[in-house]
Amino acid sequence: MKPFDYIRAEDTGHATSAAGQGATIIAGGTNLLDLMKLEVLQPDALIDINRLDLKQITEADGGLRIGALVTNSDLAADMRVRTDYPVLSEALLAGASGQLRNKATTAGNLLQRTRCYYFYDTAMPCNKREPGTGCQAMEGATRLHAILGGSDQCIATHPSDMAVAMRALAAVVEIEAANGETRHVPLSDFYLLPGDTPHIENVLRKGDLITAVILPAAPKGAQTYRKVRDRASYAFAMVSVAARIEMDGDTVKDAALAFGGIAPQPWRDADAENALIGKPATKETFNAVADILLKNADPKKDNAFKVPLARRTLIATLNELCGKDVA
Amino acid sequence: MKTSLKINGEVHDLDADSRTTLLDALRNHLDLTGTKKGCDHGQCGACTVIVNGRRINSCLSLACMHDGDEITTIEGLGQPGNLSDLQAAFVKHDGYQCGYCTPGQICSATAMLQEVKDGWPSHVSDSLTGTYDLTEAEISERMSGNLCRCAAYPNIVDAIRDAAGKVQS
Amino acid sequence: MNAHLKMDKPDNRNRLDNMAQGLIHTGMDRPEGPLKVTGTATYAHEDHQPGMLHGVLVRATIARGTLDSIDAAAIEKLPGIRKVMHGDKFLRNPAQGTANEAPVQGSSEIYYLGQPVALVVAETFEQARHGAQSLELQVTAKSAVTSPDSDDAKVETPDDQQSSMGDLDAAMKDAAYTVEETYTTPGHTSAPMEPHAAIAWWEDDKLILRSTSQMVKYNVNEVADSVGISADDVHLMSPYVGGGFGSKLGISPDAVAAALAARELGAPVSVAMSRQQVFESTMRRSETVQHFRLAADKDGKLTGIGHRARVSQLPDESFSEPVTQATPFLYRGENREIGMEIVRINSTCAGSVRAPGEAVGITALEIAMDELAVKTGIDPVELRKRNIPEKDPSDGRDFSSHTLAAALDDGAETFGWKDRTSGQTDGEWLIGYGMSSAVRVNMIGESHARVTLNPDGTVLIETDMTDIGTGTYAILTQIAGEMLGVSQDRIETRLGDSNLPKSAGSGGSWGASSAGSSVFLACEKLRQEIAKKLGCDEADLTLRDGTATAANKQTPLSDLVGGSPMESTGVIEPGKTMKEVRQATFGAFFCEVGVNRVTGETRLRRMHGSFAAGRILNAKTARSQCLGGMTFGIGMALTEELIHDARDGHIVNRDLGEYHIPVNADVPQLTVNFLEERDPYANPMQSKGIGELGICGAAACILNAIHDATGVRVRDLPATMDKVLPGLPDL
Repeated sequence: MKPFDYIRAEDTGHATSAAGQGATIIAGGTNLLDLMKLEVLQPDALIDINRLDLKQITEADGGLRIGALVTNSDLAADMRVRTDYPVLSEALLAGASGQLRNKATTAGNLLQRTRCYYFYDTAMPCNKREPGTGCQAMEGATRLHAILGGSDQCIATHPSDMAVAMRALAAVVEIEAANGETRHVPLSDFYLLPGDTPHIENVLRKGDLITAVILPAAPKGAQTYRKVRDRASYAFAMVSVAARIEMDGDTVKDAALAFGGIAPQPWRDADAENALIGKPATKETFNAVADILLKNADPKKDNAFKVPLARRTLIATLNELCGKDVA
Repeated sequence: MKTSLKINGEVHDLDADSRTTLLDALRNHLDLTGTKKGCDHGQCGACTVIVNGRRINSCLSLACMHDGDEITTIEGLGQPGNLSDLQAAFVKHDGYQCGYCTPGQICSATAMLQEVKDGWPSHVSDSLTGTYDLTEAEISERMSGNLCRCAAYPNIVDAIRDAAGKVQS
Repeated sequence: MNAHLKMDKPDNRNRLDNMAQGLIHTGMDRPEGPLKVTGTATYAHEDHQPGMLHGVLVRATIARGTLDSIDAAAIEKLPGIRKVMHGDKFLRNPAQGTANEAPVQGSSEIYYLGQPVALVVAETFEQARHGAQSLELQVTAKSAVTSPDSDDAKVETPDDQQSSMGDLDAAMKDAAYTVEETYTTPGHTSAPMEPHAAIAWWEDDKLILRSTSQMVKYNVNEVADSVGISADDVHLMSPYVGGGFGSKLGISPDAVAAALAARELGAPVSVAMSRQQVFESTMRRSETVQHFRLAADKDGKLTGIGHRARVSQLPDESFSEPVTQATPFLYRGENREIGMEIVRINSTCAGSVRAPGEAVGITALEIAMDELAVKTGIDPVELRKRNIPEKDPSDGRDFSSHTLAAALDDGAETFGWKDRTSGQTDGEWLIGYGMSSAVRVNMIGESHARVTLNPDGTVLIETDMTDIGTGTYAILTQIAGEMLGVSQDRIETRLGDSNLPKSAGSGGSWGASSAGSSVFLACEKLRQEIAKKLGCDEADLTLRDGTATAANKQTPLSDLVGGSPMESTGVIEPGKTMKEVRQATFGAFFCEVGVNRVTGETRLRRMHGSFAAGRILNAKTARSQCLGGMTFGIGMALTEELIHDARDGHIVNRDLGEYHIPVNADVPQLTVNFLEERDPYANPMQSKGIGELGICGAAACILNAIHDATGVRVRDLPATMDKVLPGLPDL
């Protein structure tokens, strides 16, 4: 870990100003310190925002405004989240461990870095860590890697569970900039695909501070989060699905489907959702949705199983939410 | 970095490199070596301590971020001859073998029981809005952030159930 | 006063059964338990010394080549850095178990990616870590063999590891049923929770070393040879070890680097490996490719067994995973071909990981046996019972004791094997049942212990034996307490110190029997002395709760001892019984799995093991050892796999986030039975090793259950979802 200056933020303006001058914001630190210890990240200065008043969950515009520093534990346990946004509680509780959830924050979770083995090893080339050095995963070990949305520069996945649920809930990120202005970015626009710039993962600019995540009014219908992983607990998703379905009789009235473990960002595919909305909840419909979702899948040898796995997990999730018996 | 930490009820003034994690502060600077380093990356739970009432991985937190915080380590839960209910239950049920993950397991279990009392659901709970019993499945899931390579897991579950029963009765 | 026994003939006296204290075999709590649960047991990296410096190792980042130079000067300019070291004495990799000499040394030749080639020492850990991360290495790459599948790989077939009997080809041709399949297991790592670490300091010319050591007697010689000093000038302490599982059998690079740095700098130096370094720079279990041929008659009786295995290893290492070790004697079959191939590669050193040999070899054999059971339609328990040999089929030796049939029956009964119903489901979960046999060779090693009976009637046990979680503190206390009639609270056991009598150490499941026998012998000698003082025959002496009873006369032990302590050293040595008969432990596993019909995820629902390992010295700690072994089996079956990058041989999943050892939620409430057994050939306690039996074949039980649940036969471990998915029905 490289030496750094440690600054404790007194208010958000202090934080954005320090960040604007190059300091890295630290909140829970569960991923940042992990990466700093390996010198994957080498900030010159840390601005600690933990004492800022960003820990409230408040009701706003019929939805919820979740402060950036609300811990994963507190968010999962919040009775309004449990009742109105169960997909979010379920996703949070499926992630990491009790200890990590007590420290990890809402904003920090959105900004988690990939678990790609080669990103984590400074002896290996990595376009995300050191642009232009090459991608060692392309011809390497790819069990963790993306089948959708990757580029020839990078096929790393975003590892979050929480962000997948938030994507399905159409969350909006509230950002305060160094100039004091606040802007709102829908999560759908927040992440960037790797393309030729895999080191740029989102739309945040230097000096930006995420201050909250806003959930719109509780959606109608049923919600669920399903995570598929190698261990029964404490493991990243191979595939996960956050789904929300509103039925009208046997017809799907509205739906949102987001996926983890298969793409560089929490993945949502409007075409796949459109193949579901207004359609009868049948096997044929669900297969058509999966076909559209996976039509551009470009797997490697190690992660080819994610194509059938994503299909099956999606179909089982749809069956569950539409009241079908999968068995 | 000057940092004041209240550890097991006692104030410790630390002056260490800002890079010092809470774990390394405890072990290398304050000689509180009961808290263990198993992976240093939040992947094993051996370093679990309780900060302001909540269990965390002390390896993934800088000491300087905890200025003024109340920290409970294994040394604060009980001592030989004066064991906490959980510590005694771990001995009775052989909830360890090599003992290296044990302080983390016990700190974690201590705080976990409070989480259950606070009505927090878990990944295996039947409902997000019910009350939660300490079933084997609930304990196992809630304790899955603490690896034990000796694999005393069944005994750890028994020990926690035993101690929790004592607490409740 | 010495008692020396070479185990040349069986000991049928069962003396421990005739003692009066009632301590042996009980599930006595570990005496060191209160220290462990309060964080006051001190492990290697916790014996902090005044003025202690911190060292961090630096890894090679190429698979093969030379280290031409390092830019030490640049690093030594950084704040707090005291020294950057490398050189001829650095260990390439840890010593193999019982090596008793230095392993390959020298940092100028790089043999694998991850080899520790330098040490950066600083005033604080943070300074040293950054220094190590910043150190530039100038290297020249050489061509490397980075995959066991490489065409360039050199394959060795050592003569002493090939054997054949009869005509297996003919047996296969004539057989009513055959199985011919290839099974593969990936590399595994021990992953003890305590990373390898050492603190070294020098007092005059004597090296004092706190280290993570399983085998002190050997480790002293290994470190002395590595550093270039006399073994008499090494004082090594390892009273608490945070797990070993084979990875701490031999001295490791951290210890030697710490010793060299401490001498160079004249200050205590600590070196702890990071978890990533533990993965890369300690031992891996080799991946295996195992080709099995089974030939059976119409009744399922084996007429032939073929087992050919390929493993990998670094150049210049004598150890190779003894995959076929138990194949020669587990089952009958007069036609046999057993062989081993070793591929030399540039990848992390292969060494002992819990139960080298049987852990993977019996696992593959037990999957093959399940395939035979399916083909013959014979119940898998019955099939195994039909194939239990009368004598060791490879050489006609008698078994010292044979308990496989009993373990199979006991396990089947306890589990309810006969009551299982195939084809059940529980929601999305397909339920399946599986079973497998367990077997592990048994042995002892020379071991010394001193037992002192103090004038106040308390007892002190001293040996350099270690307790790596295995229960040594408990069982040695129980053995002495039983033999001398002293309650456990009046006994102190001191372990893991090279100033104490030399033991066999912890490894190969031999620790309890070896060190325990030495304590037993010392106590037997003390009993003889007590009897002499009482003027009675030792056999007529009853010792209980600190009182000696002979001829109806009771005398407090403290009165008998007199003014100065009575001391005895016991020595056990392996003898003819280890060669003249086949000694092994046996067991059986039964389990129930659920396989998710959507995702292919497997979750273990129930698992039982029945084991026989001679006399069980402590019912609680022995059970815990079996729980641990079985859980290693769960990991082997479902999640554990070292993933190597074939281009450079390095381990890509070198942390506990991506190398998946089982977590609490992966392990149901396992059950364990012990069968009553006394093995007179084993040692004077009639006990056998229990630390590894629980893993030997355990994974097969789970894989066989997956087959029962789904019809999917996974022959390439672990059975992760990707391997099960293709065989699941469409949704």
